[in-house]
Amino acid sequence: MATRTMVLWCPDWPVRAVTWLEGLPLRAPVALMRAGRVLACSSSARVEGVRRDQRLRDAQSRCPDLVVRDYDPTLDARAFEPVLEAVEDLAPGVQSLRPGTCAVRAQGVSRFHGGEVNAAAVLAERLVSLGVEDCRFGVADGPFAAEQAARRALPQDSLVVPVGGSAEFLADLPVAVLDHPDLVSLLHRLGLRTLGALAGLPARDVLTRFGDDGAWAHRLAGGRDERAVSARKPPPDLVRRVVLEPPLDRAEQVAFSVRQTAEQLVGALADRNLVCTAVRIEVVTDDGRETERTWLHPRWFDTADLVDRVRWQLQVRAGYDGVDGAVSSPVSEVRLVPDEVDTLAHHADGLWGGPPDARVTRALSKVQGMVGHEGVASVVLTGGRSPAERQTLVPWGDDTRSAVVPERSAEMPWPGSLPPPAPATVLTERRPAVVLTAAGHPVTVTGRGALSGDPARFCARGGRDLQPVQAWAGPWPVDERWWDPDHARRYARLQVVGVDGSAWLLIVEEGQWFLEAVYD
Amino acid sequence: MSSTDPPVRVDSFEHLFDHGAMTPPADVSTLERVRSLQERVRQVQGTRPASTPVDTLPALSGLLPGGTLHAGGTYTVSGSSTLAAAMAAGASQAGAWCAVVGVPTFGAEAAAALGVDLARTVVLPDPGESWLPATQALVDVLGVVVLRPPSRVREGEATRLAARLRQRGAALVVLGDWPRPDVRLEVVGGAWVGLGSGHGRLAARRATVRATPRSGRPRELDLWLPGPDQQVSLVSPHAARTGDAAPALAPVREMAS
Repeated sequence: MATRTMVLWCPDWPVRAVTWLEGLPLRAPVALMRAGRVLACSSSARVEGVRRDQRLRDAQSRCPDLVVRDYDPTLDARAFEPVLEAVEDLAPGVQSLRPGTCAVRAQGVSRFHGGEVNAAAVLAERLVSLGVEDCRFGVADGPFAAEQAARRALPQDSLVVPVGGSAEFLADLPVAVLDHPDLVSLLHRLGLRTLGALAGLPARDVLTRFGDDGAWAHRLAGGRDERAVSARKPPPDLVRRVVLEPPLDRAEQVAFSVRQTAEQLVGALADRNLVCTAVRIEVVTDDGRETERTWLHPRWFDTADLVDRVRWQLQVRAGYDGVDGAVSSPVSEVRLVPDEVDTLAHHADGLWGGPPDARVTRALSKVQGMVGHEGVASVVLTGGRSPAERQTLVPWGDDTRSAVVPERSAEMPWPGSLPPPAPATVLTERRPAVVLTAAGHPVTVTGRGALSGDPARFCARGGRDLQPVQAWAGPWPVDERWWDPDHARRYARLQVVGVDGSAWLLIVEEGQWFLEAVYD
Repeated sequence: MSSTDPPVRVDSFEHLFDHGAMTPPADVSTLERVRSLQERVRQVQGTRPASTPVDTLPALSGLLPGGTLHAGGTYTVSGSSTLAAAMAAGASQAGAWCAVVGVPTFGAEAAAALGVDLARTVVLPDPGESWLPATQALVDVLGVVVLRPPSRVREGEATRLAARLRQRGAALVVLGDWPRPDVRLEVVGGAWVGLGSGHGRLAARRATVRATPRSGRPRELDLWLPGPDQQVSLVSPHAARTGDAAPALAPVREMAS
């Protein structure tokens, strides 16, 4: 027998989460992008003609004042947390199905509030007072039918499918609601357009023809959703906040005030045998603005580390004048939110001393205290065509894996990159250079990738002193992203050795020579 | 030249009792005994040995007194970032942590090819005003620190840092100028091979490196910096005599792919 389930559904949750967390006006047209296409948009944007899977440019042409943000799944989950807590207050045993959708067992809550409709109304009232004005409830046998019911309910209202009526309710729905694109497309081609048609087939035939996925869909369609609602375990409340009254405007003062709270946080974690490896610091200023940043630690945070991170976060904020540590507007509240915790056992020092690099980690954290978080970096080799692209600096303590995004992987072939040896001096910003032929004309590269003349003299150091070329090779042309008119680049590289034995890597782009790296 | 070093030490020791020229004793067991006695004297006196060796690439041993970098030593390198990275490579391979301070143009790929382990390397591209305290904190725990001071270094600052170096056992490689370094290394000549006029590619460099110790005669060595195998190695005497490098070059066709 399927569990009687109540599902709460908040439409367009990713968009809601962004408007909420960023404090955008409720009616603002918002679109969230993933991989250059619209993933979700607000209803006001939809009215203007923005659609899912549209390209950014098309969406902006339909709706010029569109607010565009990158989709961030963690943001969704974080914004949904208060909603889950509010529901948990009234109906214990909440299961979050995904951000924006959660399920509760209907039995207890409906008995307490005198009926399923009443229970949904009470929950809706609570959520609206929280600021979630578009919430819809569905009650049915099993989470699947209940979710479908919620999707067909009106805002702030509920749709109750009577006990045992799930199969009948689902029968008219299109198979597309199964959220399994491959299976749905197959069913469509076989002429099975509604869940009722699928449910009407014998179970054994469905299993032999469509396999396990088909059998699962067949059970859902027949209203035999046996999944139970498993209540989530609320995370322990480890968030610590410091309210500063009166607000402070110096980073040092704020850091000093935070110290005791940071100690409490580390202590509270230790009581649970936990350590914190990532912390989110939220700073609220006097003018109501809120900034936040997540900090990772190569080992785990102790009190001094937490205080350091608070200070750095205040220092890097816009408006910091760097001299006396004043921040742009006084800070009224600081919140420390442990983002990732781990059991102490994974990190504890052994009896014979800490891990070999613990001393190094501590010393580098100390140096970060002097030169700032970004001032100390690890180097990761990445993929790329220019020497500067082939290495990436990652602030010490941050996850070096995050720097190696798939499109920058060193494993990929990089046609146009030069074979070893790699230059020992890699300029972070290329410098203008001059390459002349024997006749004194600037050397250029033709459209077919040939030089206009043999290089005879060049200047790579800056200034006006030209030195004769002893040996050279190239040009090696590179045609980057030719399919993308906005980012396409064409250039060519040249290795040059001067008569003094110095070797240089030059690059020519649009007729202008630059120094890219030095082999010294 | 580590084999020639101990006899010299014994020579001066023996001078206390015997005047005039004498040949170093050939008996190795006596040398060993003297050295172990010296070691015991140091232990009883409670001072650190004057110089703990730091792992160094074998190719560089001919340039450095004692054949290796020494903990607490200061070495200046001019004219070659490759040489500076090579100075750190030996220690890095042996498991020490390295730092590169004040060198925003640090070529990590080249350093990794020489043997620097990037997982145990940190970079402070632009420490600004706090380069000296940052370096002091780094030498506390790291094996080798490569530093390019952003401004002229005063004698007092150098002395204080040197004291800290000796205490903690790190080696400092300075790109640029430094007051009274232990060894001054400079590339005085060299040529790249593999590049023609309009063909080939840079493959390897032969460089003449001159090392000037604080006391003693300068030495000069021909090194591959880097060699055709991306490593630092000695130029073999044969190649040095004929002047014909001729490392195995990849065919030009490879460049086109």
